[in-house]
Amino acid sequence: MGVAASIAVEERSVQERMARPSRFGDKAFEWLTLAMALAVVVLIILIGWQLWIGSSVAIKKFGFHFLTTSTWDPVAEQFGALPFIYGTLVSSLIALVIAVPLGIATAAYLTELAPLWIRQPLASLIEMLAAIPSVILGLWGIFVMIPWLRDYPFPWLKRSFGWTPFFSGPIYGPCMFAGGIIIAVMILPIITSVSREILRGVPDLQREAAYGLGATRWEATRIAVLSYAKKGLFGAVILGLGRALGETMAVTMVIGNTPQIAVSLFKPGYTLASVLANEFTEATTDMYLQALFEVGLVLFGITILVNLLAQLLLRTIAAKSATRAVQ
Amino acid sequence: MTKFRKTTLLGLTIALGVCASASAQMMINGAGATFPYPIYSKWFDEYAKVDPSVRFNYQSIGSGGGQKQILAQTVDFGASDGPMSDDNLAKAPGKILHIPTVAGADVVAYNVPGNPALKLDADTIAGIFLGQIKKWNDPKITALNPGVSLPDQEIVVVHRSDGSGTTYIWTDYLSKISSEWKQKVGTNTSVNWPTGIGGKGNEGVAGQIKQTPGALGYVELIYAVQNKMPYAEVKNSAGKFVKPTLESITAALATAEIPDDFRFSITNAPGPDAYPICGATWLLVYEQQKDPAKGKKLVEFLKWAAKDGEKMARDLQYAPLPDSLQQKVLKRIDEIKT
Repeated sequence: MGVAASIAVEERSVQERMARPSRFGDKAFEWLTLAMALAVVVLIILIGWQLWIGSSVAIKKFGFHFLTTSTWDPVAEQFGALPFIYGTLVSSLIALVIAVPLGIATAAYLTELAPLWIRQPLASLIEMLAAIPSVILGLWGIFVMIPWLRDYPFPWLKRSFGWTPFFSGPIYGPCMFAGGIIIAVMILPIITSVSREILRGVPDLQREAAYGLGATRWEATRIAVLSYAKKGLFGAVILGLGRALGETMAVTMVIGNTPQIAVSLFKPGYTLASVLANEFTEATTDMYLQALFEVGLVLFGITILVNLLAQLLLRTIAAKSATRAVQ
Repeated sequence: MTKFRKTTLLGLTIALGVCASASAQMMINGAGATFPYPIYSKWFDEYAKVDPSVRFNYQSIGSGGGQKQILAQTVDFGASDGPMSDDNLAKAPGKILHIPTVAGADVVAYNVPGNPALKLDADTIAGIFLGQIKKWNDPKITALNPGVSLPDQEIVVVHRSDGSGTTYIWTDYLSKISSEWKQKVGTNTSVNWPTGIGGKGNEGVAGQIKQTPGALGYVELIYAVQNKMPYAEVKNSAGKFVKPTLESITAALATAEIPDDFRFSITNAPGPDAYPICGATWLLVYEQQKDPAKGKKLVEFLKWAAKDGEKMARDLQYAPLPDSLQQKVLKRIDEIKT
């Protein structure tokens, strides 16, 4: 991929030019943007520090057990966050499994296949999904989605896949699966619109080259467009995942709020964000509040960890495709 | 850290105080329980006509927040759906008075085919919530409801997932009538539930009961009435089945044992007409007011609320205090020093 190399060269020369004596305005601008960028970093550190201070007593008392035990008993002041961690990860995973193919496919349709006149209205409609308040989505979840899921798709899943542990047991309605689906609805707009922007950024040269080689439409989309935009699409998924991990209100309303680790997706679950939304206002004792702060800290940590892992994965992918390009 | 925080808070309070006295209108700040918020805001509205020189600012942030803020003295009064614990009271810089205002009830709402009128007693309710009674046609339930045909269906227990005064009343009742519950689970705004699924808020629980065949759960009386849900008559400690109404709540207030500090619990009250699962809500004020002018205005308001405000309770589906308790409350308000 010679393009990347030439871009790098160009960037270097721009930087060299910047390094030469410059006007005061440029310097001021540089400092200002640096300050803005640092402010974000400082803010994140402050949030982490505040959560740490707020939960220091609980951290000392429960230690590592907080992350590995499952009892959440405010009366006896025994706190373990494992079911919440499990619930957050599993519900986000379900959401990604549903929303990523859907979002990327929608984006591909909107940029590659759809008739021109329909592209903009459809894209705006999808973005409008993001404007629906999460409490409204949650109520829709309780009154429309869950009854429908319970009566049609869930019994079918149970009949077809009931032999796996994932779709066994009684169907109540509110459950981990319902929570995952609601999150999928919520992260779909961001994944779709970011993916769409990225696919639009793929140079037409790529497409023309593919067609020139006799590729079909599907082949051109797959090889020339999606593959080219892989890195950017991955970024869209990470943005979606970030939202999924922290999604609160709608999930709380449909996930069943039961701190348990159950393999069956039909069983109710609980997430870190939900327990905060549920219990923070009425936590009267100090240790209880400390434990809730620690839940916040854990959520903060998981979000950072997941992002770091994603960055790492992205680097590996980028490195791989770079070596392939060299070969 | 705490020292630093305290000084900041003190600084803020003083700053707020200065701001308030600088303007012509006095601002009285309160924070706490969400359950009585509708009636409190009605009171503040009406009181503005009685005394235009004061304004109220009430933040319904939850009982936990109300207790925290009155302890930190960031508000002039707190509000809570449960009385403060001895531990929390010990942290207070002065004596905190509990002023009961209105009461409400938790009803047992359900969704079974045909939605027949059901009767339940302490044993069955505890059994269901402990996960020991699992089916609607359990002999314990059918014995209380002769002539009602109940299905061989699993009972889906629905409880509140968020911490709330409603849950406090519910678990307080269960702890009183079942030693097993008291020992295994206990009383709190949020507990470690032995069974069931959690719904957020009264509306969440009501929604899940309505949507789930075979569900049973507890909600505030008003939510069951508004959603036209069937709810059970519950056998009280006098052995009588009582329907939850504003009258049967007030009856519970009248017969419950009221300790001198008003930190009472009216669940499982002894009177024959008392509904057993109800609870009051309290305003929290310091006996010794810091700001004499503000304290005087607050006392005037509390007296008005106890006398005239109580008359508005019924319209908003709250049970007013019985006369006997109202007299005691007025006496207590007189003890506030300004």
